[in-house]
Amino acid sequence: MHGSQHTGSPYAPHTDEEGAAMLEAVGVDTADDLFDIPPEVQFDDEFGIDSRTERETRRLVRSILDRNDELTELLGRGHYGYYVPSLVDHLADRSEFLTSYTQYQPEVSQGFLQVLFEYQSLLVELTGLEIANCSMYDAATALGEAATLADRVRSVSGHRVLVPDLLLEGRRSTLENYVAGTDLEIETYPTADANVDLDALEDAVDDDVVMVYAENPTVRGTIEERLGAVGELATDVDAMFVLGTDPIALSLLERPADVGADVVVGDASVLGLPTSYGMGLGLFATREDYLRQVPGRLVGVSEDATGRRAYTLTLQTREQHIRRERATSNICTNQAWVALRSAMHAAVLGPSGMVDLAKRGVTRAEALADRVDDLAGASAPVHDRRHFREFVVRVEGPASVVVADLEERGFAVHAVDDHEIQVCVAGVPDDELDGFVAALEEVVR
Amino acid sequence: MSDPSENQVRYDQARFVEDGHYEPLLAEKDLTRVEIDGDDAESPLPNDLTREALEFPDLSEPELARHYVRLSQMIYGIDTGPYPLGSCTMKYNPKFTEDVAALPSGAVHPDRSERSTQGTLELMYRLQDYLGRIGGMDAVTLQPPAGAAGEFVGIRVAAAYHDHNGESHRDEVIIPESAHGTNFATAALGGYDVVSLPSDEGGRVDLEALEAALSENTAALMLTNPNTLGLFERDIAEIAEMVHDVGGLLYYDGANLNALLGRARPGDMGFDVMHYNVHKTFATPHGGGGPGAGPVGVVDELAPFLPSPRVREADDAESDADETTYELFDPEHTIGKVHGFQGNWLVLVKTFAYIARLGDEGLTDASAKAVLNANYLASQIDYEVPYGPFHHEFVASAGEQDAADVAKRMLDFGVHPPTTKWPEIVPEALMTEPTEIESKATLDRLAAAFNAVTTESDETLESAPERTTARRIDQTTAARNPRLAWQALEDE
Repeated sequence: MHGSQHTGSPYAPHTDEEGAAMLEAVGVDTADDLFDIPPEVQFDDEFGIDSRTERETRRLVRSILDRNDELTELLGRGHYGYYVPSLVDHLADRSEFLTSYTQYQPEVSQGFLQVLFEYQSLLVELTGLEIANCSMYDAATALGEAATLADRVRSVSGHRVLVPDLLLEGRRSTLENYVAGTDLEIETYPTADANVDLDALEDAVDDDVVMVYAENPTVRGTIEERLGAVGELATDVDAMFVLGTDPIALSLLERPADVGADVVVGDASVLGLPTSYGMGLGLFATREDYLRQVPGRLVGVSEDATGRRAYTLTLQTREQHIRRERATSNICTNQAWVALRSAMHAAVLGPSGMVDLAKRGVTRAEALADRVDDLAGASAPVHDRRHFREFVVRVEGPASVVVADLEERGFAVHAVDDHEIQVCVAGVPDDELDGFVAALEEVVR
Repeated sequence: MSDPSENQVRYDQARFVEDGHYEPLLAEKDLTRVEIDGDDAESPLPNDLTREALEFPDLSEPELARHYVRLSQMIYGIDTGPYPLGSCTMKYNPKFTEDVAALPSGAVHPDRSERSTQGTLELMYRLQDYLGRIGGMDAVTLQPPAGAAGEFVGIRVAAAYHDHNGESHRDEVIIPESAHGTNFATAALGGYDVVSLPSDEGGRVDLEALEAALSENTAALMLTNPNTLGLFERDIAEIAEMVHDVGGLLYYDGANLNALLGRARPGDMGFDVMHYNVHKTFATPHGGGGPGAGPVGVVDELAPFLPSPRVREADDAESDADETTYELFDPEHTIGKVHGFQGNWLVLVKTFAYIARLGDEGLTDASAKAVLNANYLASQIDYEVPYGPFHHEFVASAGEQDAADVAKRMLDFGVHPPTTKWPEIVPEALMTEPTEIESKATLDRLAAAFNAVTTESDETLESAPERTTARRIDQTTAARNPRLAWQALEDE
């Protein structure tokens, strides 16, 4: 076994003889002689980190992660655990996909470029907008990038960005950081029964508004009913209408282009990634008008010297490695491999599969809400709306106690207010939903 | 060593190649329109809440498996051959790290209770601790999802720190001309004016120019060390003192940390804040462009400003458990969040596994071998390498040749070329970083590829590559007539 020949990095292949020959070729006695580090900043200590065999390392990680409780998660609110088909894991893990770099040499990267082009095409179909980039980090950072785009292309002198009062804290806070270098200010507008309060939004909108943000479905799982009116309010004052959503919801819900959305952001990893502690895939799509102001990488079509169709990263003069401080974003490393997984998952589902998965998000949530509503001590859904994959439940006791009691019975749900919990059906099999209803009945009784 | 031009490099496996393209798009294989009709009794939503239809390929699993396998065969990865992209640290990605990242016990939702996710929190705590030791930093956040996101945290932390001290007037960030493009873009995103710093004749920070650039308006100096020429900034202690004397902070861009593991630490050099590129230094796969992760380490004084939440050991007086309990907490003056949740978890697990596998001995050896490999390769190539002594990477000059053409021709010899035309301080730059994973034989093959190109005519270079699946691709047309989705091809 190679590892027995030397100590040190198990992934450096040098034998002693080879190492000696290389040192001689370079003209030094030891590798130490190659380091040009002044003595006063040299590190003469150790990190105190043990080296381990592969097997020992696997056991270590397993033993640490085994401290997590095994719970059935009915959790959503921006991160979802849909079932991911086996094809995705097996083919996305091929070394060529996993271990390649950004496609700066397109002649040897055609396969990845084509997948990213297909991913962009998927988003174009889902949103109805002409341009989709090939990834941002997650929904929150995509929202931040949308705001900086709105800042660059705005035609008004104002500086207000309007977001719903229910916006997830992680998104709100990330957005605040992204606009810190601009004169934009984030303000909230009220929601009514979880959806946009159109009257209140109309009062809030004026000529100083640069951007209006709404989500569909909302963070509480409700489906917006008058998105077109939201879009009109924004358009009337030349503000950018940014819509937050995801590819599964978009398979069924209104097409963003049809409600006047200028930018669509969200988490595209609902397709392709299982529950991953919040790791995501930032969806970013926009209208053709903003093509040269789009953040992130774009894959386009060209041809090669034989005249055959070929793909390449394009419009790179927008990007940081060329444009430096005048770039449209600082993003470099993105989530390309997650975009690959997302595109694969969509392809496995096909159009009927995607629409059916979205429909089940409505029907299963409604069915579960009905069953919960039948329990003494719980009512659901709290909001008199149509729901997508999650909904809020009103409980009589403190929500924190209900959540803790459910956890003891093996179920994880959100506490979202003093007497409100939120549950999500995405990725949860029917028999586990049965178990949840039984557990909730005991807890709220 | 045989002449690589005599080798018959072939990239593709047996595949059908159609006239117009190498592999049809999914949409060219099938496009099926599914109508959504709210009047249908089965429909869960009325028409005014739904789209009209969804049009997308409807293909069987075996057809899809072949599609993606064929596409993968048109990609060069680390497991294909050497990948000496300067500044990118394209190391081998150990396979077992994929297995530990896929452990079902690690697949938890970020809104779960701390009590039920002690494993996740312990792994994060231990990784924070590992990274702190390696960088010589007092506190670490794992949240930034990439290196540029880590830079952004650093810039936001610097802004919050100066604001906290009543020094909001500091509006300049100083960056060497040879720095990574992200440094400039990040400073601008944070609202700072960029002050560009020229290099001295030796390719390092020009102390006189630095003296002139520093002022009471300096928020930070962003540096990478070794710099993009692979040179260690020997005056780093003095640079740190100069920056600190005017009240500025010193930021370390961790892109080149693979040169220094176990030999020097940014914290000991006087840096106040740094990011780690775990997809470079700690071998998590680049995945065709991402995901990576860009944890940030800071000195004690800056810890209260880090993003929320971080992980710490809980004050556990009431518990009699044998195991330490971990909890999340918000730093006192936190800048808030730079990611919706906690960053790229799967990447962080792989990072932890890599560091735990190598330990002190492996990490230190990795840097030694990375530096040896760069020096050996440089000694074997005919192109001039104008600056030194370099560490994990070197920048050769293609001289009279066009570096981009040189790169295309190297593809014909079955190796991935270096980064080209950057940093601009070297004319027609070939920025080369072989990393520790290449054997002497592979480096010899790589050197032979470089050397074969040195003697070739411009005509040959301009028509390269000849042996790749796709030949030279016309970049101009792609940008002039942007077609960014298959829907844009339908009219053709």
